[in-house]
Amino acid sequence: MSDHLHAARPVPWGLHLSLLALAVVFPFVFPSNFMVNFGVMALFYAFIGQAWNISGGFAGQMSFGHVAFFGVGAYASSVMQMRFGFSPWWGLPGAALAGALVAGFVAVVSFRAGLKGSYFALITLAFGEVLRIISNSVDITGGGLGMLIPMKRSVANFQFEERSGFYFLILLLAAASVALAEWLRRSRFGARLAAIRENEDAAKALGIDVLSEKIKVLVLSGAMCGMGGCFFAQYFLYIDPTIVFGVDKSVEMLLVSMIGGAGTVYGPLIGALLLASISDITRVMTQIQGLSLVIYGGLLVVIIAYLPNGLIDLFRRRGGQPGGKR
Amino acid sequence: MDLSILTAAAINGLLLGGIYTLVACGLTLIYGVLHIINFAHGSLLMVAMFGVYYLLTVFKIDPYVSLLIMVPAMFVLGYALYKGLIGRFSSGKDENILLITLGLSILLENIALMFFKGDSRTITVAYSDTMIELGPTLVPLPKLISFAVAMVLCLALGWLIQRTDTGRAIRAVAKERMGARLVGLDVDKVYAISFGLGLATLGAAACLLMPIFYVSPTIGHVFVLVAFTVVVLGGMGSFLGAVLGGLIVGLTESFGGLFLGESLGQIGISLIFILILLLRPSGLFGAKA
Amino acid sequence: MLQVQGLSKIFGGLRAVDDASLSVDKGRIVALIGPNGAGKTTFFACVAGFHRPDAGRVHFNGQDITGMAPHLIARHGMVRTFQITQPFAKLSVLDNIMVGAYQLHARDADARAHAIAVAQKVGMAPLLGQAAMELTVAGRKRLELARALATNPQLLLLDEVMAGLNPSEIVEMVGIVRTIRDMGVTVLLIEHVMQAVMSLSEHIYVLSHGRVIAQGAPRDVVSDPAVIEAYLGRGAAAIHGGGAHA
Repeated sequence: MSDHLHAARPVPWGLHLSLLALAVVFPFVFPSNFMVNFGVMALFYAFIGQAWNISGGFAGQMSFGHVAFFGVGAYASSVMQMRFGFSPWWGLPGAALAGALVAGFVAVVSFRAGLKGSYFALITLAFGEVLRIISNSVDITGGGLGMLIPMKRSVANFQFEERSGFYFLILLLAAASVALAEWLRRSRFGARLAAIRENEDAAKALGIDVLSEKIKVLVLSGAMCGMGGCFFAQYFLYIDPTIVFGVDKSVEMLLVSMIGGAGTVYGPLIGALLLASISDITRVMTQIQGLSLVIYGGLLVVIIAYLPNGLIDLFRRRGGQPGGKR
Repeated sequence: MDLSILTAAAINGLLLGGIYTLVACGLTLIYGVLHIINFAHGSLLMVAMFGVYYLLTVFKIDPYVSLLIMVPAMFVLGYALYKGLIGRFSSGKDENILLITLGLSILLENIALMFFKGDSRTITVAYSDTMIELGPTLVPLPKLISFAVAMVLCLALGWLIQRTDTGRAIRAVAKERMGARLVGLDVDKVYAISFGLGLATLGAAACLLMPIFYVSPTIGHVFVLVAFTVVVLGGMGSFLGAVLGGLIVGLTESFGGLFLGESLGQIGISLIFILILLLRPSGLFGAKA
Repeated sequence: MLQVQGLSKIFGGLRAVDDASLSVDKGRIVALIGPNGAGKTTFFACVAGFHRPDAGRVHFNGQDITGMAPHLIARHGMVRTFQITQPFAKLSVLDNIMVGAYQLHARDADARAHAIAVAQKVGMAPLLGQAAMELTVAGRKRLELARALATNPQLLLLDEVMAGLNPSEIVEMVGIVRTIRDMGVTVLLIEHVMQAVMSLSEHIYVLSHGRVIAQGAPRDVVSDPAVIEAYLGRGAAAIHGGGAHA
């Protein structure tokens, strides 16, 4: 399911910088609304996919309910803005905090009970469901009607005149998430997460506080998801329980990472580019609802069956032998 | 609160719970024997329900009569699915199989979305509106029939597992795969049969649910969580647990809706699921992991 | 350094460990032997915090660590290896050892340097880039050892580190264990391979059915009739006249 965290050759700085340069230049080369939107969605999924990847890929704690942290972020920032009059930019840290708190709760409760593997995946699903039902039923979130954020395009309002404003913001977030993943590969925290992923008992025997590290990583992941939720709310200006707490988002976060390559730095980006492409292409060429996800579901099955490390294996095979020293 | 309202809710809960039991029986069989958490259980039920829908609307076959068609058809589908897909990966990592069944459920749900759009469909039969008086409440006849048939089928499944040679083989493989292989049982075939049986229960459940429920491509989500909750509550691999679990979950849903309202009422099932996993993961009757 | 008093562990109706006591002095190599199923690994698991003992106390360096969480015990300086090796399969040998090294060093570069040094000491330097799951049994055993060593432990609990090794590998491993002791690490080992036990240990405890049935210098223990009977069955001591060879 995951890559050789340290055994594979690290991504050279040149590649990081080239990709960043390409991304920065992209909206100028393709300034149409359609293409910029494609870019935004690809980077958005790369960002929340990376959020999932950090706990699901690097630390091996596969979750089916990450949407809980995402939705909580989306609602937190929207409620702050619409019900309490905060400036929308406060929504980002607010959403991060909300996501972190919910993730912390889920982590403490689940990991202390010793849940792992499939049971952990299922309980996170249930937590997501609980939040969906609650947000569907209480007034402050607008219940089933959701929340509409009035369009007032200005930077101060966390809405941009030009769509490219959103693009550069999500690029910043996505780039930061890549940097975070890189840091994980080289740090003690990341090594401990890899150890926990591979073998918890051995990790304990070497002095790693497994419970504490798992909680930390899920909190980090939750904070990132929360921010993704805030961005989503500001970009689409409408959220409701099904959109931001529905299972679909959890699945998408999981898919981009697993298909691209869980536990790798660029896996989520590869998966996100693929998802956004398939989504846009099917939407443009056919009117068939659900086709893109059919392709995605099929891809997931094929990848798990034949390329369990994800598409990134295709890039690796010609690249290097595993296990180079840095 | 009026006793008659409570009783009515209880009766309705039990009736629906009986069908949940049937759905869960299949899931617990699959888990008990193959040790697979079949995430596609809900979507497969959805597929079967569409089957029943079309059998009625196109071929005019009464849903209860469809049992004769759907049960064997779903068995064959299950057998084929195992041989063609699941079987290859059932010995791999636990999580891989979960992901494959997740992928399968995504596939099924979205293929259904492509063909049937997002609308929900219901069916009506001649006796849909016939009401039977049961204590303080009026119950639609189909609901009663469905409950009765569900219970009979659960018993039949139980009998099959306990008394027939196939059932014995299934139990042997479930308990001790290597030993079963050593005494000459074709373990792979047992797996395929068990998976087929698991899906056959879905075929039956579909026939029983269509007259009293609705079908839409996304209904799989709802049923998956319900089925998991029943199985986890009852204990993975335990039939008695599935029966009791189904009834309890049905009651919870009913009372949840009564006390908390339509929207918030659904929370009961998820909460049960969470609490059981945290406090007593082996469920009521399951083996301690 | 290590004092175990009256340790008991019961699983269902089975007394896996029954009132076992043992002590290990600093700088020594002590062996725990006994027939299969005697409870040796369970004993280790209780001492290292992986199981909570039902009775008895464990003192390490004077401190009562009974029932402490395993990672805390490891941080106190007692590290165990596993009978069935538990490598971090997809990580490289170097990264495996670094996980141990990170116990002492916070910085990537320091942990790496330390890990490389440890690898050299146990002769794993040429394998550093290989993925752990590609190693042979002997390699995995050595890796398990190196990883534990990288934490700079005071006491190393080695669980059947010789199992599955061929004779020349055993000789190498014996040398490595001696080197480790000479570095100042105290060693308590579970072992079946008598050649290793005899050449390494200064003191032996014998466990059978969860109880300590004998202890002492290697030569005495090996000729103890109770020990012979534990291994070979009742009456064996009489047949062998009470004097067995290793």
